[in-house]
Amino acid sequence: MSKVEAAFAANKAAGKDTLIGYFPLGFPTLSESVEAAVAMAEGGVDILELGVPYSDPVMDGPVIQEATELSLANGFKLRQTFDAVKEVSERTGVPVLVMTYWNPVMQFGVQKFAEALKQAGGAGMITPDLIPDEAAEWLAAADQYDLDRVFLAAPTSSAERIQNAAELSRGFVYAVSTMGITGARDEVDSLARGVVSAVRDTDVQANVAVGIGISTGEQASAVNDYADGAIIGSVFVRAYSQGGLPELKRIVAEIESKMNKGRK
Amino acid sequence: MTQLREQVGPYFGEFGGRFVPESLIAALDELESTYNAAKADPSFVLELAELHKNYTGRPSIITEAKRFASLAGDIRVFLKREDLNHTGSHKINNVLGQALLAKRMGKTRIIAETGAGQHGVASATAAALFGLECVVYMGEVDTERQALNVARMKLLGATVVAVKTGSRTLKDAINEALRDWVTNVENTHYLLGTVAGPHPFPTMVRDFHSVIGNEARAQMLSDFGTLPTVVAACVGGGSNAIGIFHAFLDDQDVRLLGFEAAGDGMGTPRHAATLNYGKPGVLHGARSYMLQDEDGQTLESHSISAGLDYPGVGPEHSWLKDLGRAEYRGISDDEAMQALRLLSQTEGIIPAIETAHALAGVLKLGKELAPGSSVLVNLSGRGDKDMETAARYFGLLGD
Repeated sequence: MSKVEAAFAANKAAGKDTLIGYFPLGFPTLSESVEAAVAMAEGGVDILELGVPYSDPVMDGPVIQEATELSLANGFKLRQTFDAVKEVSERTGVPVLVMTYWNPVMQFGVQKFAEALKQAGGAGMITPDLIPDEAAEWLAAADQYDLDRVFLAAPTSSAERIQNAAELSRGFVYAVSTMGITGARDEVDSLARGVVSAVRDTDVQANVAVGIGISTGEQASAVNDYADGAIIGSVFVRAYSQGGLPELKRIVAEIESKMNKGRK
Repeated sequence: MTQLREQVGPYFGEFGGRFVPESLIAALDELESTYNAAKADPSFVLELAELHKNYTGRPSIITEAKRFASLAGDIRVFLKREDLNHTGSHKINNVLGQALLAKRMGKTRIIAETGAGQHGVASATAAALFGLECVVYMGEVDTERQALNVARMKLLGATVVAVKTGSRTLKDAINEALRDWVTNVENTHYLLGTVAGPHPFPTMVRDFHSVIGNEARAQMLSDFGTLPTVVAACVGGGSNAIGIFHAFLDDQDVRLLGFEAAGDGMGTPRHAATLNYGKPGVLHGARSYMLQDEDGQTLESHSISAGLDYPGVGPEHSWLKDLGRAEYRGISDDEAMQALRLLSQTEGIIPAIETAHALAGVLKLGKELAPGSSVLVNLSGRGDKDMETAARYFGLLGD
């Protein structure tokens, strides 16, 4: 069982909701992004997604776009990903996934990237613009280095594609809650339930976490009623943009307090 | 040996593919199956042919440019006059095809990206013709340098969104169009304007533009009794180039030459010469040559021509480059502007700045070719939209 799968299993056994939190590396600087991620884990985030800033983030809304643009302007370099993963993993013990668009990995070398991620203690990778059909090299590297690979399942995905995503994902399947890009929404689309149940309908016992548009603890908790976890990103990034680390900690605590984390 | 012309996506050698979010795959699958069915449906083929004839004004003519050719050397220069198409460039060929497909798929809204504005104008035109809602994404920098085309699109009833992210040019307009598409895919068709992007776009857009080369090849044989020595075109994303190259891919004796925008000049850091200076990578859904740093971050391109100011290129061009079937060279801003003026003053034809890159290439090429050689140039667009840039460049305004 991978570190990510173990985190889901432990929460399930204890009857607790699972929260997966995203934060972009190098935002606003590398050390500040590491402190932010550590604070999120200490505040109760169960699994971390550290985002690699990229020049052309087509899956991201304005909040994350602005943050990653700033990170790149402040000099973020891809190699720093591994130092950050190592430090956050060691300081928190929480599983750390890297979320990255594909071209940076391709340029670094897929095999080399997987090896460096493993050495840094990383749990695996989420690849928003890499579908399993194009992922042969990553599938092999993830097997070789025993890394989790998280593929996406969308409301428009056919049953066959969802079966494929469930089979080839490890850690969890990322259920896209709504047709659109990242960013907080008032309502988590009812489409999310459909995607989760489609993954459940496959013959694979995969964890499913719902992401995109989740902005409150209530929503995150409601998602945990039918999925294995909820993913929150833009809300954390916006909190940090508005009020730095104190505001980020406040919002993590607020979301945590609304979720069933076993301290009711 | 298999015919190069028969190559279809998703892959052109190691290039192409579908590197996009899962949310878009269903739409790409639908587009591919709709396109394949339409291609085999005589009523679709007939409808498109009638639009070409009665709306666009096809076939476009070939003009021999004798005075211009004499500046290049002892060669003949033939211009395939895509500038005479309705809306003023080759872009309409692809737009009409895709607009028909949008209707077949029951989509009521089209979105498009545009650099110079030519594809945006063509898309807005087709939307008006077919009664579709149209939103055009255009980098803020480009809305400024192509203000007249923005006005044209608005007059045609389209909404123009100035994109303020990243380098605020064509690359960022495509990002924004992709974000719109992911969100509105149910009722929206993304009418991509070049031979880049995820499969099936590179193959489908190529097919819609291949009418250029098919006509030109037949016209050269029937009207001039020969195939050209060289076929030349400018290359940004590469749609007009692939459109005229495609018919000649298996004519071994015909050289294919693409001219990229070299901005400040070859060897300078400010250029858009992707096939000359780029490396293979993934941008906008396909693996192809692209301008990028060592971390895989896309680099900003630079060109006086908004339509060529793009750090990527269609995957089929990357394939043709690596095969050695086509050759790609760079032309600086200054070389292109001089060629623009020369064609204007020797032939009475004002070309688009994009097209002027190919013409500048021909002027240089004339010195290399054997006497009596012939060059067929895709005159991909007219220069009306560039009058402000040209007037500033040549100091034609004011006292």
